[in-house]
Order: sequence, then C-alpha cells, then structure tokens
Amino acid sequence: MTEIPKEEMLLKCPSTCAGCGSLLALRYILKAAGRDTVLVIPACCNSVIQGVYPYMLHTIPVYNIAFAAAAACASGMSEAFRAKGKKTNVIVYAGDGGTADIGIQALSGALEREEDFLYICYDNEAYGNTGMQRSGATPLGAITTTTPNGKRIVKKDLDRMIEAHNLPYQATACASYPADLYNKVKKAISIPGPKFIHILAPCPPGWKTPSEKTVEVGKLAVKSGIWVLWEKEYDKLTISAPSKAAMKRPVPVTDYLSMQGRYKKVDAALAAQIQANVDKNLRKMEAEVKISEGAL
Amino acid sequence: MTYQGIPKITISTPKEAAMGQTGTWRTFRPVVNRETCNHCGICAMYCPDAVIDQDTQEIDLVYCKGCGICANECPKKCITMIREEH
Repeated sequence: MTEIPKEEMLLKCPSTCAGCGSLLALRYILKAAGRDTVLVIPACCNSVIQGVYPYMLHTIPVYNIAFAAAAACASGMSEAFRAKGKKTNVIVYAGDGGTADIGIQALSGALEREEDFLYICYDNEAYGNTGMQRSGATPLGAITTTTPNGKRIVKKDLDRMIEAHNLPYQATACASYPADLYNKVKKAISIPGPKFIHILAPCPPGWKTPSEKTVEVGKLAVKSGIWVLWEKEYDKLTISAPSKAAMKRPVPVTDYLSMQGRYKKVDAALAAQIQANVDKNLRKMEAEVKISEGAL
Repeated sequence: MTYQGIPKITISTPKEAAMGQTGTWRTFRPVVNRETCNHCGICAMYCPDAVIDQDTQEIDLVYCKGCGICANECPKKCITMIREEH
C-alpha cells in the first residue's frame, strides 16, 4: 500500500456538518494532489465552508466561481499555466448539482477540447448547500425537500455521459475508501489531458443518517452494488478491489436503503425495482469488463 | 491591487479557526480508552475534520464536532461517546 502523507492541506476546521463525507474526500484529494495545486470551486457546500472573509482554511489557492462556469474557468487556468510552462494541477471540486445539472455544458465542452485538468464531482445526491433540494443525481425513491414523497425518476447516469467523451482517465470513488480515492487522484494527476472522478459522498443531514454512520453507509453502497468503484483509461475498464469483492456476493440493496431516513417512503415494490436496476447495472459492468478485456 | 481604496479582487488569506472553534457544536465527546487502543490509526484515517493525531490518537477537542465516526469505525471499540455537560 502506498504511504499517504500526514500533512493536512486544510487548517482546522471547516464548517461542514459533523460527519461530512465530502470533507473526508477532500482531505485525501489534497493529500494526493500536493502543494502545487489550484482548486476551482463553483457554488456548492465547499464554497461556504472555506472560512469567513478575509480569512480561509485552505492552504492552497482556491478560486470560487459561478455554478455553470467551473469547467470553463479551469480550462482557461490550465491553458495559462501550460503557456507559462508550469505544471500546476488544476482541480475542480464541484457538487452533483454543479456537475450533472448546471455545469454539464461547460464540462462537456472542456472535455471535448481536451483541456488538461481534473474534474472531481462529489455526489451527495441532492443540492445539500441550499437544504437538500432534488438534483438530477438524486436516486429513485429518495425524499428531498422538493420530492416529499420520494423521487419518481431514476438517477441521471453521469458516468456514462462523461464516458461518451472517451477520456484518458475516468474513475468513480467513495469517501468511505480513502486509500482507493488517494490512489485514483494520484493516478489522474499523473496523466495529461481531461480527467474525471465521481465520488459518492454520504451526507448525514441530507440522507437522514446519524453522523457516525457516514463511513458505514458509504461502504454499504459499495457492498450492495448500488455504487460501483471502477477506473477507465480510454477503453480499458478495471473494477476496483472493493467492488470486485462486492460483485461476487452483493448484500441486498434493502440493507442500504433501510439505513437512511430519505428512503423511508420506499415500499416493497419500489425496493424490488431498485434492486432490479442495481442487478442490471452490475451485469452491464461485468459485460463491459469482458468487452474491454477482449473476451466478448 | 486597490482602486480608490477598494480592493479590485477579494482575496482571503489562510488562518486557523477562520470558521470559528467548531468544538462548541459538540453534544458528544469522544473518549479514547488508552488501555485497549493499539494505535492502528483507523480513527484518524476516517476523521473528516482531521482532528485526531495519526500517531498518538490525541483528539483536538477545540475543533472536534463530535460526529462519532471514530467511535463507530474503531475495530477494537475503544472510543466511547460521552454526553457533554455544558
């Protein structure tokens, strides 16, 4: 196992809610990225936890930008750094609303132009910063303040939308597996060109879980197969170790659903549908691995 | 960087406790049982706020929000959450 540096890039202590999954992920992203990094943050939870003007907690430069403009801003920034001959990492750290809904146009444009930056989407499956309104990434059956009876539409498949751009590096991660996340960010920043990492970040107030269960619920998401950890370099797809084990014997998805208050209006029929969607996705992933290995 | 005394761009500079001392949010305080702790460091690995020292497992109670992830993830169950008496 690679040694994770002990140095923290964030001073104590950001004002995230107790047990925040996105902060746990950010800690390891910054450890992997190192000092020579600029963060670009659109409107999201992470734009309000940085500190009160004129002070901040990040010890690396952070550029706060409007919701729709994160990828466009990062494109310009990385072009400018490369023109100056600098190798500074440009990392966008955006929420699921800022990626799957509002920022998708700028992101798709930047990926198509093959800009050299890393886009990280931390997905808490709703607009957490403004009080848990539904986003495109909210899963089927989840209660939010704007879907009080549970969402009736399935989660937008952001990864497959990004996959269509055929990136040099794309991965999914989960805040509950920091070592896996660290390695993926390390690998991403070593590759030139556009990179994308999608992180599942459990959110205690939004998912209606106790704050101490953040890591546990993230692990259950992977073990049940509702969230699959994988990485992809162009066409070569690899399933990461925690998901490989989970795909052989996934735990029932109801274990994951029953842990969270946001799924309390899911009845048996809907739970069966969610389970069927998960099984179908796992079969699809298995087939995709075989295709990328040339076995199918 | 100023125009008629007004900064052209608003820049914040790094400073500890820029968001205040978040330890005041806490309702439950983590207490480590030093007898059974084997310094595996899993609590420090999963602490979102990085308030647990990786080597000594000392918890910085000025900033600890008391989320309880450390107590939940400790494989030896040697961290207990005790209600704060304010």
